[in-house]
Order: sequence, then C-alpha cells, then structure tokens
Amino acid sequence: MKTIKDIGIYGYGAYVPMYRIKNSDIARVWGNDPERVPVKEKSVPGPDEDACTIACEASKNALLRADISPQKLGTVWVGTESKPYAVKPTATIVAEYLGATPSINAADWEFACKAGTEALQGAIAYVGSGMAEYALAVGVDTAQGQPSDALEYTAAAGGAAFIMGPSEGSLAEYEGSYSFVTDTPDFWRRQHEHYPKHASRFTGVPAYFSHITNATKTLCNELQREPNDYDYVIFHQPNAKFPMAAAKMLGVDKEKVIPGLISPYIGNTYAGSAMLGLSAVLDVAKPDDLVLCVSYGSGAGSDAFSFKITDKIIEARERAPNVKSYIARRVGIDYAMYARYREKIRM
Amino acid sequence: MPCMPGIGKKSGCDEMNDVAIVGIGCTPVGEPWNKSLREIAVESTWAAMNDAGVNEVDGLVVGNMSSGNFVDQESLGSLIADYAGLGNITAFKVEGACGSGGVAFRTGVMAVASGMHDVVCVTGVEKMTDVVGDSATKILANASDREYEAVHGVTFVGLNAMVMRRYMHDYNARREDICSIPVNSHKNAVHNKNAMFRREISLDSVINSPMVADPLSLMECAPICDGAASIILTTRERAKEFTDTPIIVKGSAVKVDTIGVHDRKNVTSMTATVEAAKEAYNMAKLTPKDMDTAELHDAFSIMGVIGLEDLGFVRHGKGAHFAAEGQIGIGGKLPCCTYGGLKARGHPVGATGVYQILELTKNLRGEGVVDAQNGIAQNIGGTGSTVSVTILGRDI
Amino acid sequence: MSVPRHWRESKRRYRLLGTKCKSCKKLHYPPRTVCSSCKSRDLEEYQFKGKGNIYSYTIIRNPPEGYTFCRPYAAALVELEEGEIVTAQITDCDLDHLEIGMPVEVVIRKLFAYGESGIIVYGYKFRPILPRK
Repeated sequence: MKTIKDIGIYGYGAYVPMYRIKNSDIARVWGNDPERVPVKEKSVPGPDEDACTIACEASKNALLRADISPQKLGTVWVGTESKPYAVKPTATIVAEYLGATPSINAADWEFACKAGTEALQGAIAYVGSGMAEYALAVGVDTAQGQPSDALEYTAAAGGAAFIMGPSEGSLAEYEGSYSFVTDTPDFWRRQHEHYPKHASRFTGVPAYFSHITNATKTLCNELQREPNDYDYVIFHQPNAKFPMAAAKMLGVDKEKVIPGLISPYIGNTYAGSAMLGLSAVLDVAKPDDLVLCVSYGSGAGSDAFSFKITDKIIEARERAPNVKSYIARRVGIDYAMYARYREKIRM
Repeated sequence: MPCMPGIGKKSGCDEMNDVAIVGIGCTPVGEPWNKSLREIAVESTWAAMNDAGVNEVDGLVVGNMSSGNFVDQESLGSLIADYAGLGNITAFKVEGACGSGGVAFRTGVMAVASGMHDVVCVTGVEKMTDVVGDSATKILANASDREYEAVHGVTFVGLNAMVMRRYMHDYNARREDICSIPVNSHKNAVHNKNAMFRREISLDSVINSPMVADPLSLMECAPICDGAASIILTTRERAKEFTDTPIIVKGSAVKVDTIGVHDRKNVTSMTATVEAAKEAYNMAKLTPKDMDTAELHDAFSIMGVIGLEDLGFVRHGKGAHFAAEGQIGIGGKLPCCTYGGLKARGHPVGATGVYQILELTKNLRGEGVVDAQNGIAQNIGGTGSTVSVTILGRDI
Repeated sequence: MSVPRHWRESKRRYRLLGTKCKSCKKLHYPPRTVCSSCKSRDLEEYQFKGKGNIYSYTIIRNPPEGYTFCRPYAAALVELEEGEIVTAQITDCDLDHLEIGMPVEVVIRKLFAYGESGIIVYGYKFRPILPRK
C-alpha cells in the first residue's frame, strides 16, 4: 500500500515506566524455575500511571521532535487494550493535554498488540490522502497478565507515539505499508474480565509467525526487496525469542533485529511493543538507512511498514529522551510491590 | 464613652463601645462519643451564660469550620439557638477554617462595640470524630486551596511540614528545639481538667514519634477531637452587672493572606499574623513587652515557633531557641499555651480560638495558672490564610 | 463526585497553564482573573515551561481519603523557572534523596480517582529531571 502524497515520520516519542520486576522473582513466587524465564525483567507502571499518562508523555516527546504546533495535528489516535475507561476515549485526554483540541479527530483503537500500528496505518492514510498535514498515532499498554500465568512474566507497560507528516522535512520517509489479517483467536479478553486468556502454543506458528512472515513477505514483494535488504528490522516482541525466530525464518541477520529488540529488558508492552522497537531504532539509525517494522496483534493480524531515514533524524532525536534513557531509569521492585502497584491485591 | 482606640480611629467613630468578657464556659476536649455537636455546643453556651449569670442573650455567633462535612449539618446559628432555648435571637455561623473561633469572637466584639447588640454569646464548636481518620484529613485540607493544593493530595499537615522544612533550611534551626513547643504544651495540660492529653511528654518521645508528613511527626501535631467553648460579651459599661472581674478586649484584629502557601513571598513568616498583631497592639496601645502570657496556635510545633516571631516576641529565626530555653514555660519570660495549647488541650478546629480566649480570661481574672495583666491569643485558619489576634487585659 | 469542577480545571491542570498580566507582566499559577500584583483585570493565558527546583517538600505518610494508592508520596513547593511557586507531588523519586534545590520537570499523572466507577482526575506532578543517555 502506498499513499497519494509523499509522507514520512515527522516526530516520534517513547515512554517506559521506571519500575521493573525480575522474571526470576515471579518464578520464585509461583514455584517455577527462575532460570527458565522468557525475559530478564519487565516494566511495571507506577501507581499513578496508566495507558493515558504513558500516551501523554510519549506523544509530548513526539511533538518535541516534530517541532510543530499541536494545533496542526489532524488526529490523536491511541491504540491500546488497557484503556483507563472502558467507555470514554483516552485520546481526548491526550489531545487536551497536548493542546491539540478542538479541531481534531480523536479516538481509541483496539486490535490487541497491534492497536498502535493500526492507528499508525490510519494516520498514514489520513496524511497521505491530504485530510490533515500531520497525524498522531500512539501505541500504549499497561498489560495485565493473570498471576501465575505464562503471560505474567512478560505483560509490561510502555508506549510510543508517531507523528506522520509531509515527506519534506520528515525524519524518515514512508515507502509503503501492508496489513495482513485473518480471524485467529489465539489470545483474547472477554468483556468484564480482568485478565486475558490465550491458546498456549497455538499463539506461535498459526498466529504470530504466520501473520508476521506473510505481512513481511507481501510488503517486501510490493517494494521489490528482500527482508534482509533492510538495515534494521523490528518485529512485535512478545518475548525475547519470537522476534529472533521470525528473523531466522525470513532470512534477516540477527544484528539487524537486536537494536530494536527491547523486550529482554522491559518485557512485552503489547500495543507499545513494535512501536517502541521502532523508536529505539530511530534513536540510532543513520540517514539513508532502511527500516522495516512489523507488528502483530492477536485475533489476528500484522502491519508492516517500510521507512527510509533522512538526515533530519540527527537533530530531531536530540529534542526528547531516547528509549535507552527510559530503559536505564530503573527501580527494581519485588513481587509484593508489584502486586500492589498492579492492583492484584483485593481491597 | 471612651472608644476602643483602634476601632474608633479606623471607623472614624468616637462612639464605639469598649467590650468586656463577662462569662466563659466550655466542654472538656476529647472524644465524647455519646454527645452530638448540638449537645456540646448547648452545654458550653449554658456554661458561659451561667458563669455570667444570664439566662438570655440577644446575639449568638457560632465559630465552626466544617459541620457540613463533619456531621452533615449547616445552619448552626439556628440549631444551637434553638436547642439552647435562646428563642428568636440573632444567630449565625462564621467560618475561617481552624481560625473560625477567633473570627467568631471578633464578630461578637464588633456586634457589641457597634452597639447593635447588648449581650452576645460567642460559641466555637467542632465535632470531628463522627467521621473516620482519612475523611477528617480530607475535610481539614479544605482549609487550603482545594483546586491547587489539596487536589494534589497535600494534607494540611503536609503544608505545615513544608513550611517547617523551609524554616529549618533558612534559619538552620534544629528540629529538637522546634519540638520543645509540644513538650511545653503537654506539661501545661496536666493541670487543665478540660484538656485532652493531661500528661507530660519527653522531648525524645516527640523527636522519635512516627512521621506524619516529614519533618513533622505525630507528637508535633494537634489531635482530631471534639469540643465547644463559649464567651459572653457585653459593653464595659454594663460588665459589672454580671461579674466583678470583667476582662477587657483591648485589641482585636483579623487579617487574611493568600489562600495558597505557594503564593507567599516568604513561607516562614505569616503576614496575616504580623498584620493582625500590628493592628491589635495599636488598638490596645500596648507592645509585645506588655504581654504577660500568650496563647499560640500550636497546631503544629513549627506554628508555635513562627507565632512567637510573628507576634513580635523574638526575631525571625529565633523562636525555636527561645522555646527550647524554657522561656515559654510557666514561670518563664512568656508563659505560652498555659492550658495545654492546641497540642495537648486539643484542637477541635472551629472551637479552638474560643478556648484560647477562655483560657486567657482565666489567667487575667486571677483564677488561672499565671498572674497576668495583659495577654494575647493568636488563632490561625489554614496555613496562615486567616489569622485573628486578640489582646485582653484587666479592667483597671 | 463533582465532574464539572474537574472538567473546568482540566486544561490548566493537565498543562500547567497559568495567566500573565498584560499590564505588569506578572505571571500567575494558579491562574487568576485579577492580577495579584497590580489588580489589573487584563490577563492572558500563559503556558509555563514546566521546569523548576524544589523550594520545600514533605513526605505524606497519612494521605487524605482517595490518595492512599500512592502512599507514601512526596509533595513539594516547586519554584518554576519563571519564578512562580506551585504545589504538586513529586513522583518517580527516591523519597530518601529529595532535597531543597533539586531540579524537577513536569509530567502528567493520575492525581486520584473517584473509586472504581467514578472519573479519574489527571494533573501535573513533577519528577527529578530524567537523566539522558
């Protein structure tokens, strides 16, 4: 898929809460082997943080990098599955915080872990069609894993925001994108339930890998490239292993995946995951580098995006904190504090 | 009639009445679980009326901070006049947060001084224990700026703690010196049968008590409690009809400052106290040196220290040292909080200012614990947003 | 629960939006309608930059109703770059290593919520300046 107008990433911003719980601590509590855990540790939102506050800070960082007036934004779209309100948009709060109201299209998007990139596809279309000069899309989650469930080890918090705008002046030119969707119930949360359920190993081959590889291959075909032609490749990161396995299947060198692979340090930030990975890559990429980003959302689908870095990146990236800074700001907490902060204790 | 100097000058009127206290009464401060707001208010009102030997008054001014929140009851003028059996008199409530009692007293003084009322009862009352602890904390924070202070979860203790930290920083003051304020108050409460805490406490126990809002610890903070106190006011001219020892209101002032502590140029001094004191001293034609005793608003240790400074007894930054030296004890240079202060007598917020006047009156009548010709009381609402200063003296 | 009260303040509370006196240039936070310095009523919106230093602080260990979810937490008088002082919580900080003069920056956080079913009130807090890598 391509847009009518030439567009690009005009600004990007990340946010990761500072609290971390070690996977070994979770394993200890539930009597599992602390050596055999999916990631080293995961981020935990503070008691005064939620998907909305995370979206606000990530969006503010994106706006700082874009260096435009918030009034020029045509959209504030927040992709998340951890909306603070079940009914009432998170996006209106973010838009008001940014100073982007009232001439704005604001909404929350939902598609499990690809809610953010779904919003990004929308933003690309909005700007690419000329409906707005700039459009903001955010992917954010404060993911909940049921205590003792496999997901508890990785369900983390964080988010990233992207402002799409004209190609001229952008930090990364948009080359094309593609979405691959089927009805595949590998992970879900029913209405009024606190925690999601998943279909265990069914989340692998027929779900994550099928959608990621199909989306990647189709986009690469459209752009007449091979996945390994890219300098950086980001896949959705439910754990540390899956993205590396996907890279192997697609013939991508692992050094191209590692710069955008942050799940080993902060876990799976769901709708924030691929977008935070993309932010981490934008923090280090050089002008003319090619970047491929492929998300995955259960249910299921993948969005694939191709970008080419411009020389504007060098200056712009300095205008807001990078992903590394947020990862380095780390305060370890034990399972008891984690249980309190994530409201797992019945009051 | 000689006019009250200050008031006369201010209003341009030479015909103001001098005002005298002819009756006092109160309930013990504490947690009277079986008594309601109206019961303690009526009890103290009649105690004061009995003390004055009257069975009617023509005005009732109620000082109360937050009956609407504490007991879901407003219209206290009517409630208390009705249940005290005072008939269809003039009665209403005035409010100035924890300074409501002082503001009510000032209102009563104005009523008599102006000649609009003959015999006025001022009743300060607060019933705080009908709600649980964190609700009380929330209600007390209404004394600050709800939208820009309290909404941030900053408690009333927290605001005072920030004042204390800055004070310690600016003047290099020692916490153990500041903590001598509650030690003194507790010592003085032992003899007061109406006090909530009638026991001495050691400096160590204050210093080592748990933090409520650092650097303020539990034993530096006045308790949540109930109480009611009443004063009967009339003109100096008529006072001898009621008592042989009328006490004269020589100076009375209420001043306000910014509602938010963040809007003060200097947070370690309370401009409202300084301004109210200036006006009250002028009115009384007296100076700090003439004061034999002082009732400070020691809701928090640091407030007692700053009160000593703002009332002109010591220079700024010297209050803690003055207190630690024992100058504020009974027998000291300036006995303070002689009946236990807010810390040990207790601080039923809207009643406190009236308890202070009552205690000062006892000392001036010669039936108290210090021999005094003149005394001063300072009652603070909020963290210095409303301050009343009252100077009383013997009728000589 | 009062929805209009919080809605009315939300923009200013999310963004630290104050006022500036057009005649004497005095800045105000909280916003005002009458200048606290010259009494002028000709005021305009002013966006504070959101950086400052701790002027004084405390640690709230006995929070009021509705604020226990963060207990204990730090509250401070923050002297903004522009010179005005605001009252706010300090979040994401080490309670044992706060000090007067410490540089802080504004963030938006949950102030409190009206229980499980009521509205969530968001607003500014400050945090120690994020170290940049």
